[in-house]
Amino acid sequence: MILVFCEIKDGSIRKPSLEVLSEARRLAGSDPVAALFVGDNLIGIENAANYGADTIIKIQSPALAAYSSDLFANAIADAVIAKGAKILLLSATSIGKDTAPRVAARLGAGLAADVTTLCIKNGRLQAVRPMYAGKANATVDFNTDLQIATTRPNVFALASVPKAGTVETLPAPNGDFKSIVKEIIAKGSGKLDLTEADVIVAGGRGMKDEASFKLLEELAETMGGVVGASRAAVDAGWNIPHSAQVGQTGKVVSPTLYIACGISGAIQHVAGITGSKFIVAINKDPEAPIFKLADYSIVGDLFEVVPELTKAVKAAKV
Amino acid sequence: MKILVALKQVPDTESKIKIADSGCAIDQADLKWITSPNDEYALEEALRLKETRSAEVTAISIGGEKAKDVLRNALALGADSAVLLKTDAVDDPLLIARALAAFADGKNFDILFFGHKCYGNDNGSVGAMTAELLKLPQAHVVTKLEISDTAFRAEREGDAGIEIMEGSLPTVITAQRGLNEPRYANLKGIMAAKKKPIEEVDCALADATIKITTLALPAPRAEGKRLDGDPVAQAASLVALLHNEAKVI
Repeated sequence: MILVFCEIKDGSIRKPSLEVLSEARRLAGSDPVAALFVGDNLIGIENAANYGADTIIKIQSPALAAYSSDLFANAIADAVIAKGAKILLLSATSIGKDTAPRVAARLGAGLAADVTTLCIKNGRLQAVRPMYAGKANATVDFNTDLQIATTRPNVFALASVPKAGTVETLPAPNGDFKSIVKEIIAKGSGKLDLTEADVIVAGGRGMKDEASFKLLEELAETMGGVVGASRAAVDAGWNIPHSAQVGQTGKVVSPTLYIACGISGAIQHVAGITGSKFIVAINKDPEAPIFKLADYSIVGDLFEVVPELTKAVKAAKV
Repeated sequence: MKILVALKQVPDTESKIKIADSGCAIDQADLKWITSPNDEYALEEALRLKETRSAEVTAISIGGEKAKDVLRNALALGADSAVLLKTDAVDDPLLIARALAAFADGKNFDILFFGHKCYGNDNGSVGAMTAELLKLPQAHVVTKLEISDTAFRAEREGDAGIEIMEGSLPTVITAQRGLNEPRYANLKGIMAAKKKPIEEVDCALADATIKITTLALPAPRAEGKRLDGDPVAQAASLVALLHNEAKVI
């Protein structure tokens, strides 16, 4: 059996969880797939069946209302043992990255983190995962009977087939926790994390100042995307949060579309964006290394091109 | 207060990566090696606690002779002692966590600091694994930290925003960029570090849970298209391509 840890947000299963469920279904063949939900208010979990779950498992308790690294790890490890799962998959979300290593350590299982390809070979999971922020890809084999992987958001395709699954409940671990989330200071409403965004419009030193990021925000908003920045832009003191930084020293991203504006293309930045399906570069320096990577290159002044692009996208959508 | 800081030596982030003849590791020739940048934030936070709370800071690394460089650097910056767990190259984060947990067990460290992810294996797992093995709390990917005698309050990067994570000491904290601005070593520190010993502990790692069987460079991207004309024409060509080819509009 493949067990998939899934997350709920605002009454819906998060997209990265649906991606990993879809992949579990492909890997499992005729073997069963179970979706595991841990929390207090578990509404909307039945939809997991439409993405391949034969069974939907709930571990529900008021003690699980807020996220705790160790309590969630205990609950997930309990479910692995109770169901006799051989493979555990989680999306490499902030929670998946936080709790999966604890589950692996607790159960003595191999863990492949942030993988981009999965297959079954000789009865065991085999994973491909980027290392050195995407400068190299490693194929990873497991030596343990239980194999755990976290999947990179935005990489695995969604696959839905309408069907029903059975819901079952497992007991919650006792409520003692070692650390817990007391509060979340939310980003602006509806703003996705860079690692989950489908479209990223990023600015570099060529933006010249903080105010000009407004141009990128307008374009991103028109395309339903989010704004990112190079290290040079973050280091320039323009009040851009570190969490917006893309590259080896920031976030490694894999959007469908990455638009690099005024970014020269330093090695450590490029390493973080090679997972993008399409890369657009806008830069006035025709020799900028970013153009070697771009699918579509625009040599020009971003202060003229970006507003025209926003206009053209708006017009195309009408 | 006793603090352990785990440091990893990695290739400089500006390095080009080449694959070794074995086909399952990087070619280490001609690489410049640095302390993994996230580990520098971990070390800096420990050194600040040394100054404000008289903490005693031990730096630890795992690897071969070369890894002594990051320990020497930590001593130069102000770490009180340094330990090298001597072993061959290891890819498995759980083996590293087991070695670190075995070392730390029973030594009464109040905080174990890590970088949240090393810039090489990119596992981002060793800190949380070590926490689980030692049955400690954790705060992972921390950008702000407050410590009292018995507890911590940490801001960590969550997908929905900043999460305030609370727990008691002893604990594992993994550092993220933004936590602090690391200091540079001064000449006095560098000279003093030369006289401080690095304790070496032989460390046999058995039973790897995962194995890298192949390491390969990513396939080169296909040659791109250059869009000419004035900004209006360039924007129009791009929108057409994004609609027809990339199908994102």
